[in-house]
Amino acid sequence: MDETTDRFSIVLFSGTVDKIMAAVTMATGAAAMQKDVTVFLTFWGLIGFRKDDWKTNRRFSKDFEDYAGPAFEMMQARQVPSWMATLKDAMELGNLKVKACGMTMDLFNIHLEDLEPVVSEVTGVASFIKEAEGGQIIFI
Amino acid sequence: MQSITITREADARGSFCPGPLLELIRQIKMAQVGDVIAVISSDEGSKKDIPAWLAKAKQEFLGMEEVDGATRFICRKIK
Repeated sequence: MDETTDRFSIVLFSGTVDKIMAAVTMATGAAAMQKDVTVFLTFWGLIGFRKDDWKTNRRFSKDFEDYAGPAFEMMQARQVPSWMATLKDAMELGNLKVKACGMTMDLFNIHLEDLEPVVSEVTGVASFIKEAEGGQIIFI
Repeated sequence: MQSITITREADARGSFCPGPLLELIRQIKMAQVGDVIAVISSDEGSKKDIPAWLAKAKQEFLGMEEVDGATRFICRKIK
């Protein structure tokens, strides 16, 4: 292991497919480049990780909703893997953890067992910030 | 010039970023030290991503060549 922390953290606030895909792609690239990656799911990001939600999620950024139909058709026609498949691949190949925001869980009455098994734990904002210390953080 | 024999090759054409890079990493994990690994990608980003990853992971980049509009990346597992 390297002595210095080479950490990359993502706050995933959005639950639309386009933004989750962007977050997962960034997380995967960072994990491939041997960074320690944490994806912190909060609000709609957490909603998008409820069990089986990804299978039926057709939500899309409001500001580009005109593109939603063509984007989903293109992804299907070109057999783009689901973001969940990409995320699972990345978790096998690198150090990537997905953590859930405890406050959002309380607010929406969601429990760890209601979430996809890729989510390993529930955490708070302070511990996330502590863990992210010294590395890059992006917000999607 | 020394001739190179490819030990294992994966065809990742049609796969989107970061798919081809993940495929290369998977192949390297499965390979033995000394093996020569090739991955074919049609993703333009691979031309930057794969050499960058090999440099970061300290694996030996042997080169790339065009194949029918795609690119074959060749490397050796050295550790």
